[in-house]
Amino acid sequence: MSTHPAQVAEARVLINHEVGLHARPSVKLTKLAKGFGARVLLALDEEGPWIDAKSIVKVMATKAPKGAVLFLRAEGSDARDAVEALVALVERDFDEGEAYAVPS
Amino acid sequence: MPSPLRLTGTIASRGFAEGPLQPLAATTPLIRTSGSPTLEAQALRDAKTRAIAELKELAAATQGPGADMLEFQVAMLDDDALTESTFERIASGTSAGAAWTDTLGEQIEIYEAAEDEYFRARSADIIDIRDRVLRVLSQANDLAIPPGAILAGDDLTPSQFLAVDWARGGGIALRRGSAASHVAMLARARGVPMLVGLEGLPLAEGETALIDAEEGSVTIGPTDEARTHFRRRAAAGAGQKRRAEAAALAPGRTLDGTDIAVAINVADPGELSDVDVRTCDGVGLMRTEFLYGGGLPDEETQLAAFRRVVRWAEGRPVVIRTVDAGGDKPVAGFTIEETNPFLGLRGVRLALAKPEIFRVQIRALLRVAAEGRVSVMFPMISVPAEYEAAKTLFLEEAQVLAARGVNFAMPRLGIMVEVPAVAIFPELLSGAAFFSIGSNDLTQYVLAASRDNGAVASLNEVRHPAVLGLISNVVRFGQRHNLPVSLCGDAGGDPASLPDLLATGLRSISVAPAQLPLAKLAISQLNLGAGS
Repeated sequence: MSTHPAQVAEARVLINHEVGLHARPSVKLTKLAKGFGARVLLALDEEGPWIDAKSIVKVMATKAPKGAVLFLRAEGSDARDAVEALVALVERDFDEGEAYAVPS
Repeated sequence: MPSPLRLTGTIASRGFAEGPLQPLAATTPLIRTSGSPTLEAQALRDAKTRAIAELKELAAATQGPGADMLEFQVAMLDDDALTESTFERIASGTSAGAAWTDTLGEQIEIYEAAEDEYFRARSADIIDIRDRVLRVLSQANDLAIPPGAILAGDDLTPSQFLAVDWARGGGIALRRGSAASHVAMLARARGVPMLVGLEGLPLAEGETALIDAEEGSVTIGPTDEARTHFRRRAAAGAGQKRRAEAAALAPGRTLDGTDIAVAINVADPGELSDVDVRTCDGVGLMRTEFLYGGGLPDEETQLAAFRRVVRWAEGRPVVIRTVDAGGDKPVAGFTIEETNPFLGLRGVRLALAKPEIFRVQIRALLRVAAEGRVSVMFPMISVPAEYEAAKTLFLEEAQVLAARGVNFAMPRLGIMVEVPAVAIFPELLSGAAFFSIGSNDLTQYVLAASRDNGAVASLNEVRHPAVLGLISNVVRFGQRHNLPVSLCGDAGGDPASLPDLLATGLRSISVAPAQLPLAKLAISQLNLGAGS
């Protein structure tokens, strides 16, 4: 995980959930993201498009399947905490099973 | 006029109701007239707010995977991304309903175009979201369900129930359904007569129906004679209810003078505003699951909720149950999806598996214990190690609070007796400060029949000798070891079950507030033959 100390944090994590970023994981992910002041974005490709990780409508619309790599990016004073918490959630397989982090 | 039809079914909520039949299929949205863009935007905002409130109330009361989907719908509705484009459409002159339908239509297309079957299936949820808001929108102008009607259909959802103004009478008659469903619980809580399992119930709109949910019958298109008879019975029933309300203020005492403590079960402190504290002997079960409806609650939120109930009780004892979540009552970030949640990680098992979450609640419990007669009980205890582990967490968190310099007290720590192993051999848990028999779960575990499944609901009977025998075993153990024993399941509030329950020697029950008057009346008419 490469992070810039002050404002921006980035990470990537492998989605191992059986049906991908579906309804329940999306609810958990957006709820968690909303708990941070930082702007939180996610994408399925490093080049984007980047979407608002606090919007479940947009997160669901990515239809991220099992095995997709999720790119996370946050901007703001608690950006680093936000990215760490989100990575941890995906790594814990949204508290529903097993998952693996991709070292980067 | 067709000849009268009389059907019998299962009583889900007692009482009498007379009114025109309202088939549930006919409660679909009506056309509303639209106004200016400003009015339309406001109508949509109001409808969205009401739909969210409805879903939240529903999610809090729902068990099983359905609660997940409701929470997902709340999150989707709450997302500005969905409403922004609707407001744009309204601004350009489209009505609220049409704008909402168009916006959601785009979303539905996204899901229907998905390659993944799972995502394709989500289009049904989006359609549900769309229709829920449309329904609320149409109800803003037209009351789809006339007050005082008898709702008739295959089954009824809690959201449909909550959409009706029951203060103006009415009843429910269902072809299927279950007396243990959440709609039935809501109906009992609001005193709405409800019958289920009425096979062959005709859905004849406007036809007069008489629900006699004391004998379990519904009469469609009654003769004048039948109507007169019904009204006489209903008036007698109302008299019984008035006597019950009078009995509620008297202490719980049988004909032979045996005192029975009658406390109440509280699912949400909001319920207490309608309850006269003088009618009960405190709170025998305060559930805490409602706190977790919107995610994990912090210590202060929990303390505030506990404090509200303890203050309401005015010095009477309050028993708070630690969070009883599980795969069947999911909480985001806490519960785990399981194929067999009733035999899985639920109740205290889950709390002990996630101590960092449990400790937050424990600190709030320790703090409120300094402010009243507070006891705490653990749900789903199976073995003494679980009780000891939970107790250790209380001791550890007491030290944390002491170090913080916060006021606290150690509450009495008891257990729910709902796992048959504990009821069969309570000796192992003699270290607990008290027992509270959870007759709902105990019954379903002993008879291996879910209370939510209409197909086996008839097996779920607290008066089965095996269940009564276990209750008696626990009561006698309590008597021998001077350990207080109470019962906080639905059976305690059921006048038909009370004689058998009290015959086991049980002298303390806790019932839903709506059941309290009739339970006290039933107790006052019982003779336990004390002194013989």
